[in-house]
Amino acid sequence: MNSLIDLLPELWTAAAETLYIVGLTLFFGGIGGLLVGLGLYLTRAGSILENRPVFTLLNLLVNFVRPIPFIIFLAAAQPLARVVVGTGIGNAAIIFTISLAAAFAMGRIVEQNLLTVTPGVIEAARSVGAGPIRIIFTVLLPEALGPLILGYTFIFVALVDMSAVAGYVGGGGLGNFALLYGYRQFNPVVTWAAVLLIIVLVQLVQLLGNKLARKALRR
Amino acid sequence: MAVVELRDVSKVYPATVKGGAPVVAIDNVSLEVEAGDVYGIIGYSGAGKSTLVRLVNALEPSTAGQVLVNGRDLAGLPERELRPVRLDIGMIFQQFNLLGSRTAARNVAYPLEVAGRSKASRTARVAEMLDFVGLADKAGAYPDQLSGGQKQRVGIARALATQPSILLADEATSALDPETTHEVLALLKRVNREFGVTIIVITHEMDVIQTLATKVAVMDRGRVIERGDVFDVFSNPQQAASASFVSTVVKGVPSAAELEVLRARHLGRIVTLTFRDSSVDQAAVFGELARGGVGFEVIYGGINEIQGRPFGHLTLSLTAAGPGRAGGDAAIDVALGRIRSLTSVTEARRP
Repeated sequence: MNSLIDLLPELWTAAAETLYIVGLTLFFGGIGGLLVGLGLYLTRAGSILENRPVFTLLNLLVNFVRPIPFIIFLAAAQPLARVVVGTGIGNAAIIFTISLAAAFAMGRIVEQNLLTVTPGVIEAARSVGAGPIRIIFTVLLPEALGPLILGYTFIFVALVDMSAVAGYVGGGGLGNFALLYGYRQFNPVVTWAAVLLIIVLVQLVQLLGNKLARKALRR
Repeated sequence: MAVVELRDVSKVYPATVKGGAPVVAIDNVSLEVEAGDVYGIIGYSGAGKSTLVRLVNALEPSTAGQVLVNGRDLAGLPERELRPVRLDIGMIFQQFNLLGSRTAARNVAYPLEVAGRSKASRTARVAEMLDFVGLADKAGAYPDQLSGGQKQRVGIARALATQPSILLADEATSALDPETTHEVLALLKRVNREFGVTIIVITHEMDVIQTLATKVAVMDRGRVIERGDVFDVFSNPQQAASASFVSTVVKGVPSAAELEVLRARHLGRIVTLTFRDSSVDQAAVFGELARGGVGFEVIYGGINEIQGRPFGHLTLSLTAAGPGRAGGDAAIDVALGRIRSLTSVTEARRP
């Protein structure tokens, strides 16, 4: 217990780092996921920009990336991280790699959420002369907003999960803190302190997500 | 000039399974809709009605033939060039298809936004349209706060916001209860009369045709098998498939099974009389029965009014007192013989 009190400054730093990593990956991965999801939705058979080759390619890519365990993906994508963010280690690399993985995971969720929009509503928009871009912004996204918010809340937990292995490539955060000061030094109290903080964080975000989704769904 | 004209139009979908036959949804259809018409398209589910109406605003592109809207051929036009055409064609749907994320007012504003109208002109037009459909007080309500009839009225306001000359109604009242159906039909009638909007209405409901349509086309398996004046098609269908459809919506001639039930309950001879327009004088027909000493009971059928003209079938059970059974029959035969000169008589013989 005393060792935990000694470690408090490190704990707060780690918590801040987790927020930083998860916040940025939610932003980049979220935008990437939206693009992938829209791409999948719009190009599928019968949709407004039906395009078989593009759909097949995207679908394959998503199915290819998603089953890779993140810790392995992290190692495998390291060369790509070096090219894109200039380094294969540290928080920059981990943010890049999580965003990439999250984009594909989120893409599938976005696709599923968009599929809940009744095709008839899109047909109604087409019948008054709306084009694809207008349909995306005035029909698809607003109509699916509630489920989309819940989808992003769901992916938030996955991001916290992925950020826990940041330590392997020299990144920080609560996961790294728990492994470094708790697990490796046989100090379960420290591990549990990190776990508790993560639980609180996830609960708060879930609460916020539910509230926003309810507002979007007006329920 | 025809507002909408289909010339030898076909719509063929590629086979759903590899190596299967392509699906012919619309098979070489030609149709002319004149300005101000309320044109009904009827037929069983799967006959191709919904596809046909979607050819008119090119939501479904045709695969052969010409689709002329106000003289312009839509076949082969790219999506971009179809958009201005669609602003002149409103559409309402069975499931209303309102945007759930927008209020009634903003739903009505939607086509105006697409058309690029200024905010001020949008606001004015939305108020005008909501007032027209009687929902001025529901401007701020979301679709899930409205009843089915109210949703369809918002749908009508939205479809007419850009002042189109054509309105397509795809089973617009099929999801509504009878009373609400009448409200919506009355509204559509006003749309046709007050704004002169040409309406193409798809339906399988007799009510819709009876109160609204002036002309009708009957579809069966992708083809238009019969068309013409509503009264003519309904009172005297020429094709077996249209006759069969008409008989399901107009309670007219009893089916074989119904006849059996009727026969069990009525001892007299069962005949069905056709009344068409004022050419058949009902009083004269029943007068002949009375004069021949034939008692009758109406046991099936009814008279409908289509465009203000009466039409229908009445099935009677006839009995006559005579010297024995044969005598009664003879009296009935004499009366029926006279009636045959007035209208068509079908007797359901005892098996």
